[in-house]
This record gives sequence, structure tokens and C-alpha cells, in this order.
Amino acid sequence: MTKEECKQVVLDIISDIAPDESLDGLKHDVRLRDQLDLDSMDFLDIVMELRKQHGIEVPEEDYPQLASLDSCAEYLTPKFNAVSA
Amino acid sequence: MGSPPKRSHYDAVVIGCGMAGLAAAIRLAMFDRSVLVVESHNAPGGLNSFYALQGRKFDVGLHAVTNFVPPGARGTPLGKLLRQLRIPREALDLSEQVSSRIAFPGVDLRFRNGFRELAESVAAAFPEEIDGFTRLRDHVAAYDPFDAGLEVRSTRSVLQAFIRSPLLTDMILCPLLYYGSARENDIDFDQFVILWRSIFEEGFGRPLEGVRVVIRALLDRARATGVERRMKCGVRHLHSDGSRITAVELEDGYTVTADRIISTAGAPETALLCGETAAPEAGPRLSFVETITVFDGQPKNFGAEETIIFFNAAPTFAYERPADPVDLRSGVICFPNNYEYGAERQLEEGFFRVTALANYAYWKGLDEATYRSEKEAWYRRMQSAATAFLPGFDWAGVEAKRRFVDMFTPRTVEKFTRHLDGAVYGSPVKTRDGTTAFGNLFLAGTDQGFLGITGAMLSGISMANRHVLAGG
Repeated sequence: MTKEECKQVVLDIISDIAPDESLDGLKHDVRLRDQLDLDSMDFLDIVMELRKQHGIEVPEEDYPQLASLDSCAEYLTPKFNAVSA
Repeated sequence: MGSPPKRSHYDAVVIGCGMAGLAAAIRLAMFDRSVLVVESHNAPGGLNSFYALQGRKFDVGLHAVTNFVPPGARGTPLGKLLRQLRIPREALDLSEQVSSRIAFPGVDLRFRNGFRELAESVAAAFPEEIDGFTRLRDHVAAYDPFDAGLEVRSTRSVLQAFIRSPLLTDMILCPLLYYGSARENDIDFDQFVILWRSIFEEGFGRPLEGVRVVIRALLDRARATGVERRMKCGVRHLHSDGSRITAVELEDGYTVTADRIISTAGAPETALLCGETAAPEAGPRLSFVETITVFDGQPKNFGAEETIIFFNAAPTFAYERPADPVDLRSGVICFPNNYEYGAERQLEEGFFRVTALANYAYWKGLDEATYRSEKEAWYRRMQSAATAFLPGFDWAGVEAKRRFVDMFTPRTVEKFTRHLDGAVYGSPVKTRDGTTAFGNLFLAGTDQGFLGITGAMLSGISMANRHVLAGG
């Protein structure tokens, strides 16, 4: 999986859990929280969906790694590739 | 014994199929946890249930869904809970109130959804207090009621720094205490902040068909996510090894085990299930009577256009367990017809509801015949106490068109909810973090400290998130 594909997975999850948010024009290097109305409950859902849909575990201490789309891709892409390997 | 539960072991057992229990169960099932919800009553909804009498459908307690915000409002409790449960807003069919009033001797404060009307009303009736009132609003806006590190403070003591008039203080407190205080004559300040926002800053809404619409949305979601429900089956005993709950023994004779248990039964009620012999006494628990008059016609045709009226006739507002069977000095009037349901959408009959504080022990102790005659006598007294605050209301006209009357007492509340003393807002002492003496038993709902229907659902959600989902 490429980093771009990984970002799309995260965007798909966000559009599931927050269907009222517009995801057009999101900056990839800016915190999601600063661009969208997401709180810690929503980030928990992102983590839970990653586990449920893709078998990826994100321990609580790593939640800050999910701050922006870029940091999501950095952190999650190796995990996706490890799962599918 | 009926059919056994589908499993002998669950990731979680949820006690109570009210708003909090259903919301908690949905959250867990959404993420593939196996969940069993057990409920001693045969109807879902708990404190916010519904019932039918002579073909008419009634809500048990719902006057309004608080926290009403227009679609698209961001970062609000209503939006949060819909998102967390993935229930579309349309499923709740919320229409907003027309207008409401706080009515004290000689002074009225009016409010609608959103804050503007209340501020104007305070400025007109208490011009010397409006600066303090505005500062209070700012203080409430900046306060984080979910910061568990803050000490529990008395709202009356906090308000002294902002409001000098005892009358205005009582008038601000009246609707907030009636819609959520488990404490006599006061409320914890963090709960005041939650209620202020949910009632004054946000507001009242209602589905045309009442609370069943909300319950239906929750049940549909529970079904879709795979929640297993066991109705008319309470918990007989929670077995423990002293530090953890090891088994859940059900009233129908089956026993299951669970990694975690979320109880919405109430703090002392849950302690009793764990084998405590006496519920800890935490001060008087408050309960209410409510009368419902059904009539042919719409309230507005009899001169009542408001949605909710909080009234008080006494020199100072007393919110306490009364010595009398019913405290006639104050109460809440609700006309469920008076919401903006839209053109051509309206309840077919008129409804006039009056709520007042009541003495649990008195009503509990009556034999059946006296209970019935006392209900009739207090029904009449409550209508005259309430209608005194409805100057344009043609009560005689409504009486002439009356089709049906129902009344429930603390005894009814206890029967429906199993809350000790028929307590509506639970124990005066709240357990903010939901933890108990047992490592895998958590509280949600009324005694965890969130309020109203929206608060109850958010309580279930946040306890499920914190103690089960985030815990791995």
C-alpha cells in the first residue's frame, strides 16, 4: 500500500464516522482536529475502525501519530504493509 | 425458564435497557464486542419509556428533548451522540419548541431556543442584574464540566459572585433543578453548567410521536449492530470474588459471565445487586407526580400557546422532598402540542401535563383504594395550582372537553425504573468516572452524572468508550 492509498483509507473512515463533515480541500500537513469538527471520541472511532476493517492495532500512546493525514500515512502505511505481507 | 442467552460468556453485560444502556450497548456492538442487555421491565426506555392506556400513547416523563440545536450546529452534545451512534438526525424527528416561561409571583422570564430571548427578558425584568447575568453566561461558557479534577461546588455559592437578587437566582435555578437536580435546593455546579447549556443556550425539541421515536431509533441501531436484549429479566445477583464481578445471575435462573459489566441501575441499586444489605443513605432522593389531561382540541384554541412553564408561587423557591404528599407551591407545565411540528403535523388531541415534587413514602404507603382517591384529590389541586400561572387559559373549557386523565406518582416511577424511592434524577452523589468498588463493574446513566435524554445517551457512550473500547 502506498501512502496515498493509506490516506484514502483514513478519509473513508472519517467520512463514515462524520458524514456531516466536508473532506474537500483538506491540507495533509495540518492537524485534522484544526480543519474538522473532530474530538477525542471521533479519534477513538478512527482507531476502532482501523482495527475492525483492517486488523490494525493503534495503542493509546500512539494516538498522537494520527494527528494529520501526513502523519497517519507515515505511521499507518508500514502497519498496513505488515498486515498484508 | 425461557430460552437461554445465546452465549455463556459476553465481552460485556449491560444492566438496563434505557437510553444509557442502549447507547452503551450499541457502541460496544458497533465494534464487534458481544453484548447482552438485560432489563427487568418489559418495555425499553427506562425513565423515558412510554405506555398505552385505552388506545392512547403516553410518554412517561418526556416534556422535551433538551440540547436541541439546528441541523449543522457543530461540537454540540446532540451532534456528538448522533455521530457516535451513527444515527441520522432525521431519525429523531426533532421539532423545536414555541416558547417557554419561568413564572414567579409578579415576574415572568421568557425563553426560546438560543439565548437571546432569555437575556432580553432578564434585562427587562432585572435591569440592575444584567451585567452580572452576562458575566455568569461567560463563566458558564468557559467552564469545563467534564474536567473530573475540579471539586464539586454548590451552584448557589457560585451564583453569589454574579447575581445579587435572590429572586433572579431562584428563577434561573427553577427550570434547571426541575430538569435535572438530584440534590435538594441546589445543584452541583458542573451539572448546572451542563443544564444551562442544554436548556438556555441550546433548547427544547420533541419528536411528534414522542419518546418512542428516540427509542425506536436506538432499538433499530441495536438490532443492526447485533446487540442481544433480554427483556423482563432483571439481575438477581452480581457475584464477585471481592475485587471483580465473576458472574451475572439473572432473574430467570440463567447465569452468564462477562469481562465487563456496565450498570445503569443506579449506584445504590447496583450495590444492592452486589450483595450490600442496605443502600447507603446519601440524603433525600427526589421524586415527582405528574398529571396528564387529554382533551378534544388544541391547547392554543384554549389560550395556551407556550411549550413549557416553570412556575413557583412561594416567596422563595423550595426544591425539596415535601412533607405534604405533593408540593403545590411549584411545578412544571408542559403542552406537548406546542412544538413547531410544521404544517399539517400535529397531535390529534390536546395534552396538558403538570409535574410537581412529591413525597415517596406517603404514596408508597397507601392501600389501593386510598391511593386511587388520593390521586383524584391531588389531581384537582395540581390543576388549580398550575392554571393560576396560565392567565389566558380556558381551563373550564378544557375540562368540558376532557376525554382522559392519567396520573403517575413516585410509586409508579419506582415500578417502572426500580429506582429506590422512585428517584427520578438518582442519587444526590454522582460517580463521574463511572468506577465502582469492583474493577470490571462500571456505572452509566443517571448516577454517573449526565442529564436528560441526551445526557443519558452520552453517558452510556462515554462509559463504553472509556472503560471497554479504549481499554482494549
